[in-house]
Amino acid sequence: MFGKLTLDAIPYHEPIIMITLAMVALGGLGLFAAVTYFKKWGYLWSEWLTSVDHKKIGVMYILVALVMLVRGFADAIMMRTHLAMAHGDGQGYLPPEHYDQIFTAHGIIMLIFVAMPLVTGLMNIVVPLQIGARDVAFPYLNSLSFWLFVGGALLINLSLGLGEFAKTGWVAYPPLSGIQYSPGVGMDYYIWSMQLSGLGTTLTGVNFIATILKMRAPGMSLMKMPIFTWTILVTCVLICGAFPPLTATLAMLSLDRYLDFHFFTNELGGNPMMYANLFWIWGHPEVYILILPAFGVFSEVVATFSRKTLFGYASMVWATAAIGVLSFVVWLHHFFTMGSGASVNAFFGIMTSIIAIPTGVKIFTWLFTIFRGRLQLNAMTWMTLGFLVTFSIGGMTGVLMAVPAADFVLHNSLFLIAHFHNVIIGGAVFGYLAGIIYWFPKAFGFKLLDRFGRYSFWCWLIGFYFAFMPLYVLGFMGMTRRLNHFDNPAWVPWVQVAVVGAVLIGIGIVFTVVQFVTSYIKRKDNLDVTGDPWDGRTLEWATSSPPPFYNFAVIPTADKIDAFHEAKKNGVELMPAPEHYEPIHMPKNTGNGLIVSAFVIAFGFAMIWHIWWLAIVGLVGAVVSFIVRSYDEDIDYYVQPEEIARIEQAHHQTKANAVVQA
Amino acid sequence: MTAYEPHYPNDAHGHGHEHHHDSSGIKLFGFWVYLMTDLLIFATVFATFAVLSNSFAGGPTAKEMLRPGLHLVLVETFALLFSSITYGMAMLATYRGDKGAVLRWLGITFLFGAAFISIELYEFRHLIHEGAGPQVSAYWSAFFTLVGTHGLHVSAGLLWMLVLMFQVGSRGLTDTNKTRVGLLSLFWHFLDVVWICVFTVVYLMGVL
Repeated sequence: MFGKLTLDAIPYHEPIIMITLAMVALGGLGLFAAVTYFKKWGYLWSEWLTSVDHKKIGVMYILVALVMLVRGFADAIMMRTHLAMAHGDGQGYLPPEHYDQIFTAHGIIMLIFVAMPLVTGLMNIVVPLQIGARDVAFPYLNSLSFWLFVGGALLINLSLGLGEFAKTGWVAYPPLSGIQYSPGVGMDYYIWSMQLSGLGTTLTGVNFIATILKMRAPGMSLMKMPIFTWTILVTCVLICGAFPPLTATLAMLSLDRYLDFHFFTNELGGNPMMYANLFWIWGHPEVYILILPAFGVFSEVVATFSRKTLFGYASMVWATAAIGVLSFVVWLHHFFTMGSGASVNAFFGIMTSIIAIPTGVKIFTWLFTIFRGRLQLNAMTWMTLGFLVTFSIGGMTGVLMAVPAADFVLHNSLFLIAHFHNVIIGGAVFGYLAGIIYWFPKAFGFKLLDRFGRYSFWCWLIGFYFAFMPLYVLGFMGMTRRLNHFDNPAWVPWVQVAVVGAVLIGIGIVFTVVQFVTSYIKRKDNLDVTGDPWDGRTLEWATSSPPPFYNFAVIPTADKIDAFHEAKKNGVELMPAPEHYEPIHMPKNTGNGLIVSAFVIAFGFAMIWHIWWLAIVGLVGAVVSFIVRSYDEDIDYYVQPEEIARIEQAHHQTKANAVVQA
Repeated sequence: MTAYEPHYPNDAHGHGHEHHHDSSGIKLFGFWVYLMTDLLIFATVFATFAVLSNSFAGGPTAKEMLRPGLHLVLVETFALLFSSITYGMAMLATYRGDKGAVLRWLGITFLFGAAFISIELYEFRHLIHEGAGPQVSAYWSAFFTLVGTHGLHVSAGLLWMLVLMFQVGSRGLTDTNKTRVGLLSLFWHFLDVVWICVFTVVYLMGVL
């Protein structure tokens, strides 16, 4: 009846997990009680859970990402502290099979359930506004994508208290991840949580390519798009190019595991290295999917706060596109040691080094934007400066490892771990944090307190150097990744310094939370009534903060780069209020995405635990509810001119009052 | 793409011709992009098939197992190719606004598609029966997965066609339904193109 699922699946004997579960249960119960007490279920359902508004979906993505960040960080601090104790006679506090799950979960959570939703969250909030659109191309699909992603997050969190997670490392190479060496449900949790969220991501990619290419404001040709939108366009092309191979690869691994196929097995002609190739055909573009949006954020921040047009707009666009193309021809550098021969390794080594050129172009573009600008120092620009220094170091260690001969020495060592944390924290994370602070007033109507943003930045920056510079050293000293115990006394001090760094980063995360809470409490002092808190340059600042659900009462014309800035400079009203507003066509909210996703989650859960009847129910249920939706033609409506006039009037009134008070 | 774009003589909502034409164009474009992602799923499986195309592990080879049934695969192939022509006829009927003809041609297309799937299932059953199941070697794993992935797509297309026939039948050729006929058309021709690659790479190159 319940497949492999029995009460033994709950890890009673692991005090760490049980305490965590108890806390999660208490927190969840508290949240449930609070929502019930304040009678907010109806509000949550109709305003958020069923919303197809890109701004709300974006906020929900970021909310889930921040929650998952806490879990991913808990994994990190457990690994670091355990390792600081587990040397020589010390055994640390994590049993090996638990430690292995933690480093696997840390990787998957941070990449798939923190960084990816931060990217999709930011692009959801910002892109339609930047291109002067009223929503994304397919609002219902957007909601479905979000709920599929939530499904993946739900499954990976279930693995904590029900069964186990994969012990294979986040790349899950077979034969280790095959049924013979990973017979438990952990690997299946890995597969299905990745499949659900991956499907959601692919659909998001399709959605935003259509949105950006088909729904831009009149006058906004491709070479007049804001840079952030450009980076998202390239990111979405990478998503559409990279995620389908991942889906297919994990499906083949599933066939090996479930139906005894022989794609990646050692026996009967299977080829495990084929998996490594296919995995990195997704995996390498994936890191550019993470970093390009951050590049976009830095471009916006640096231009806005240097009070200058971005230096070298065209070269920035071409550099972004070049990185996008090159990202697909470097995957083999993740396993030079496979032994594909000198010529193949040389090709991939050279291609990898070439990526440094467009990236270098970008670094200089930002530097020249700052040069002779009036750079205003705040949390966002500090993050940009921190990024410029830190990311350059990470880029250089990457070029070092692109040399196959050097890679043979450094492969699988902590040097590699230091390198990719260097580019991901020093690049992607700083970008997302800056982006959240930058667009927060647009989404919520009040600014975040800059002070706590700066504290957070310094903790992240110093914490990063303390946590990962020692790992470069340890890599040179020969320490390999994924060790849960070591015997070399020379490594001990470096491992201990790394703990300090991890703690500092933890304090940085706390400051971000403090920033949200205190800013919310003091929101009255930081209201953004104009809709343009930073003296911005692009269209999203032309509408009110938060924007009305239809974004723009009148579609703006944007025939210049930084059209909004040009309009302000020339004293032109970008969107003059017309005598009569036209009715606006908007999609209706729908709970269907959530329902389809609920069936898909049931399917994934059933597949993990081999509950075949539930798998059939889940699959059929998902297909049927999707078909039911196709019968519903009452999916859109027109906002009437009177309502638009009322909303716009209110906004102009607040704006005028603010001017009077000032 | 323009070749498949349906024309909209009138607008059901009466709120301007422009908007609905536009939304149908975006749907077709978005579906194209989706098809490209689907194409990459096929590309991944094709690449795997190519790498494993000689991994028989001492078991039955492609030549000895596929050669005897090749004429059946040819019939199967022509069923799918003809279904593309009949779908084209359904498309033309959609442009004319001839609901009866749309339903007739979709029905014929469905039958061709169903014939294709039936022959494929028969072939699978036969191969497994003869000792060339997907568990036998890496080659047969890849064979069943590649051909089966295409078969799953065709089956999904058949389900879609069935639903669409009910929708056109009950609601007529509304704007929404016209767009959907156009979308399924893209999907159906796409699967035809993929099958030509499957037929060439798996069957012809495997047997030669």
